[in-house]
Amino acid sequence: MAGIARSLLPLSLSLWASVAVAGDAGRGRALLADRTKSLCVLCHMVPGAAAHLQGSLAPDLHGVGARYTEAELAAHITMPERFNPETIMPSYGRTDGLTNVGRAWLGKPVMAPGQIEDIVAYLLTLKDAP
Amino acid sequence: MIRLLLAALLFASPALAQRSGYDDASVQTRAMQDDDSANPGFLWVRHGEELWSQPTGTAGKSCANCHNAPDTLRNVAARYPAWDATLARPITLVQRINRCRESHQGTTALAPDNDIMLALSALVGLQSRGTKIVVANDGPLAPFLADGARLFRQRQGQLNLSCANCHDDRAGQRLGGSIIPEGHANGYPQYRLEWQGLGSFNRRLRSCLIGVRAEPYGPASAEAVAIELYLMQRAGGLTVETPSVRP
Ligand code: HEC
Ligand code: HEC
Repeated sequence: MAGIARSLLPLSLSLWASVAVAGDAGRGRALLADRTKSLCVLCHMVPGAAAHLQGSLAPDLHGVGARYTEAELAAHITMPERFNPETIMPSYGRTDGLTNVGRAWLGKPVMAPGQIEDIVAYLLTLKDAP
Repeated sequence: MIRLLLAALLFASPALAQRSGYDDASVQTRAMQDDDSANPGFLWVRHGEELWSQPTGTAGKSCANCHNAPDTLRNVAARYPAWDATLARPITLVQRINRCRESHQGTTALAPDNDIMLALSALVGLQSRGTKIVVANDGPLAPFLADGARLFRQRQGQLNLSCANCHDDRAGQRLGGSIIPEGHANGYPQYRLEWQGLGSFNRRLRSCLIGVRAEPYGPASAEAVAIELYLMQRAGGLTVETPSVRP
């Protein structure tokens, strides 16, 4: 897993470099907890969200900022399938290769690059383990 | 031979015993389903009983004129969707009721969530409550079942998830706080607390498809019928719970 991530790093770094401007951690915090915009809490446990409203389908995001670099976090969100081809995590930067996308969402990524930057900025502040 | 083996693998009931959504519901929700006087679905059943003997349409006939009492339709819902020889395709219970309305009563077909259809399908479904579901999986139904199974495993929508991702692989885990049930179609129409009303299987299907940001299948589409057929076959062994109550 770590090996795969490392071998993909150059790719994710270059992709990231093309969009990276400093995100806003405050906005990222709100987005992360938003069940309809970012959807992260549907699957993950995140700090500050009510326990009974969180998902158990994915790793706990407490401490994720200590485990990954900025580029790795961005890569996990924009192309999670590079880390696990069978992943159920949506590919937040992708609009192609999808089937029967609802008309309202057609051609649109789940989140805009700026929103992903905000989330990454916030995730980087999550240094403490659960 | 290989074909047969594949078919057996594809359609064999899951090795583990199925778990009804009832078993994942809270004590209070289960109590509501268990007590007919507390189960709001019975408001529709009672309406259905009134409609049962009301003549409608150009033929001026009621359901009772052809079927006598509702309990002559005992166990029928437990084997639907079923093959319709005239149409040469499977039809759902809602479509069967609509066929009666159109060809025997001379009136219009209704959408699954029309109040009259909910009332009639709840009444007919109730006649099979407690009956084990047995949907045929061979003969002419086989290709339609295969379609349903394929659609169930097809990733779709902006979120790129399949029904199987949640209901086969992650049942019992939590999606944003809700327990993911195995996704059986054994209690429709169903009273959902979230809806504050009775809803058809198609309404549930629509919710899950909209949830993954896919374009929902229309109730009469081949896709919706194939998925309902596959889900009822997959629920084989569970009993009909209509009108079920869920969160
Ligand atoms: C539908 C489920 C789902 C959603 C929604 C989702 N994730 Fe994930 N995520 C996963 C799963 C499952 C994994 C585990 C690795 C894998 O299978 O890809 C994961 C892994 C991760 C990881 C790596 C964690 C680690 O400890 O290795 C990060 C970071 C992450 N997700 C962030 C996010 C963020 C931020 C969002 C929202 C913008 C989000 N995820 C939305 C399912 C999801
Ligand atoms: C991301 C997860 C997810 C996906 C994908 C998904 N569902 Fe669901 N489904 C749920 C959850 C959660 C519930 C229960 C909702 C509740 O109880 O509040 C549910 C409920 C159901 C039920 C009701 C079960 C009962 O006991 O009455 C059926 C049927 C169902 N889903 C079918 C499907 C079908 C068919 C698909 C694919 C087209 C699908 N689902 C895709 C999460 C999902």
